[in-house]
Amino acid sequence: MRFSRSVSGWMMAGLLVFSLACGGGEDAGEVADAPEMEEAVVTVDPAKAATITGKVKLEGDPPRMPTINMSAEPDCRGLHEAAPPAEVVVAPDGMLQNVFVWVKSGLEGKFAVSDTPAMLDQKGCIYSPHVLAVQTGQMLKISNSDPTTHNVHPLPKTNREWNRSQPAEGSDIEYKFPRQEIMIAVKCNIHPWMRSYISVVNHPFFAVSGADGSFEIKGLPAGSYTVEAVHERFGSQEMSVTLGDAESKDIEFSYNAS
Amino acid sequence: MSSATTQADREYPATRGLHLFAVFTAGATFLLIVAGALVTSRDAGLSVPDWPLSYGRLMPEMIGGVFYEHGHRMIAAFVGFLTIILAVWTWRADQRRWVRHLGWSALAAVIAQGLLGGLTVLFLLPTAVSVSHACLAQLFFSITVVLGLVTSRTWCEQGRRLAAPWPPSRPSLPVLCVTTNFVTFGQLLLGAALRHKGLGIIFHLIGAAAVAAMVFWVLARVAREHSGDAGIFSWALALNGLVMLQLLLGAGAYWIREVTRHAVQPLWPMVVITVGHVALGALILALGVVLTFQVHHRFGRQTSSSFEPEGVPATT
Ligand code: HEM
Ligand SMILES: [Cu+2]
Repeated sequence: MRFSRSVSGWMMAGLLVFSLACGGGEDAGEVADAPEMEEAVVTVDPAKAATITGKVKLEGDPPRMPTINMSAEPDCRGLHEAAPPAEVVVAPDGMLQNVFVWVKSGLEGKFAVSDTPAMLDQKGCIYSPHVLAVQTGQMLKISNSDPTTHNVHPLPKTNREWNRSQPAEGSDIEYKFPRQEIMIAVKCNIHPWMRSYISVVNHPFFAVSGADGSFEIKGLPAGSYTVEAVHERFGSQEMSVTLGDAESKDIEFSYNAS
Repeated sequence: MSSATTQADREYPATRGLHLFAVFTAGATFLLIVAGALVTSRDAGLSVPDWPLSYGRLMPEMIGGVFYEHGHRMIAAFVGFLTIILAVWTWRADQRRWVRHLGWSALAAVIAQGLLGGLTVLFLLPTAVSVSHACLAQLFFSITVVLGLVTSRTWCEQGRRLAAPWPPSRPSLPVLCVTTNFVTFGQLLLGAALRHKGLGIIFHLIGAAAVAAMVFWVLARVAREHSGDAGIFSWALALNGLVMLQLLLGAGAYWIREVTRHAVQPLWPMVVITVGHVALGALILALGVVLTFQVHHRFGRQTSSSFEPEGVPATT
């Protein structure tokens, strides 16, 4: 008697927790609003704008990149001629792609948020691009070009984590990250090899190194900055750069593969 | 029913059918633990973002990680169904009140377990919820194993025959065994906390040493005082064997996680070793609990008969 009452107590508690859970789950992945812009927006006179250009090198033997085994997803396997390589890309002449480079400190004030949306596509069960950067409050559109379902699951630490499924013909997921955060891993738990990194920055002065390892950050006001390069595997490096009006500086980051 | 109680019923307060069903449920639960461990090792927990339905359906397309996550949900639903039957059957067919209560606890545990599983998906695998889900799984498995054990005819008949005086050494063997169960459970918790990124490995290593020390202590005691009692000695021996194997698998799990740190996707050697380590953890806890029950059965209460039928189950 007493025992059956305690069992029903358990169930009641369970139901309560369950209903709370449903309430909590609903809003996951909603488009968050950009933080209010109270400070005046800084504008840089194009005639005085400075530029940082550069390259990212990888010294030593690059790690052997395993290929992805997509047999669990025939729909995607069929979209690739050969098994695609894992996504840390080193160009033949030792240049490193997919390095996120940004002005880490030295900037003052607020900058206008770009109204061009950033795009992240899922194609052949691979994220394109592999490394992406947006401004806080900038629209990010995530599309699915695959004949299969993905779940889009960013794993931020200071922004809010969310997880949304996106069917084959699903409409784009739109999201604005409200807080600055570097190299947020994004993954798909259906296809465990899928991984990309999104950096969210409070200003527009960032870039991602291209296939030749080069990057360019334009439109900077004159000043002394700390520029940081971050790679998913090889970590981060910093460099101080001082720029005068309309000055252009070329820098080089160099990682060691061993 | 009470009027028809015969001497044979008194000797065997359960039924063979119930026993077989309990054993079957325990077996299915072991499979469920393997399936659950696969979900974690394949990092597939969030491949199905909704719950209780999967992509709004009872049966989604089983692609990639969905195969593991939804497969786990299906086996879980099956075990939940078995547990309902087991609880009701025990209540109807077993004459011992504590066993009937154990049946209901199994049901309560499986319901709570299902809710924890759903919650952890909806809240994106918070460590505390995932760890609770992992630990309750282990506890639930041991409950089903105990139900299988105590409903067997051998167990019921043994009780009378083997009744022995309490052993003199302190701490007594039953106390040692129960302590071992708690330490083992604590170690499963530390392992789950490690796997779900709540705690570092050092706690789990200390736990491993504690478990190894406890099971060895039990074995040493059994070897000294009960080496003639195969029913206990062999269980204690087996427990030590499994823990030894588990230490190796644990070292293997650590090593394989290290060497596959940069792997693009979960590789099968990692999956096999880590899932094996989780499954063996469940077996170690269950085996330790079985040993405790065996020991208790001998020394627990030799005065009166251990299972006086307690009449017709109360109907509420
Ligand atoms: C009595 C000994 C041990 C027991 C009972 C035990 C039990 C467990 C359990 C149950 C888990 C997983 C929990 C879950 O996900 O639900 C786990 C995880 C783990 N254990 Fe142990 N363990 C033992 C010894 C060891 C030792 C000696 C090591 C290392 C040298 C070790 C290394 C690990 C590692 C690395 C994991 C995480 C596996 C992963 O990343 O998937 N364990 N342990
Ligand atoms: Cu996917």
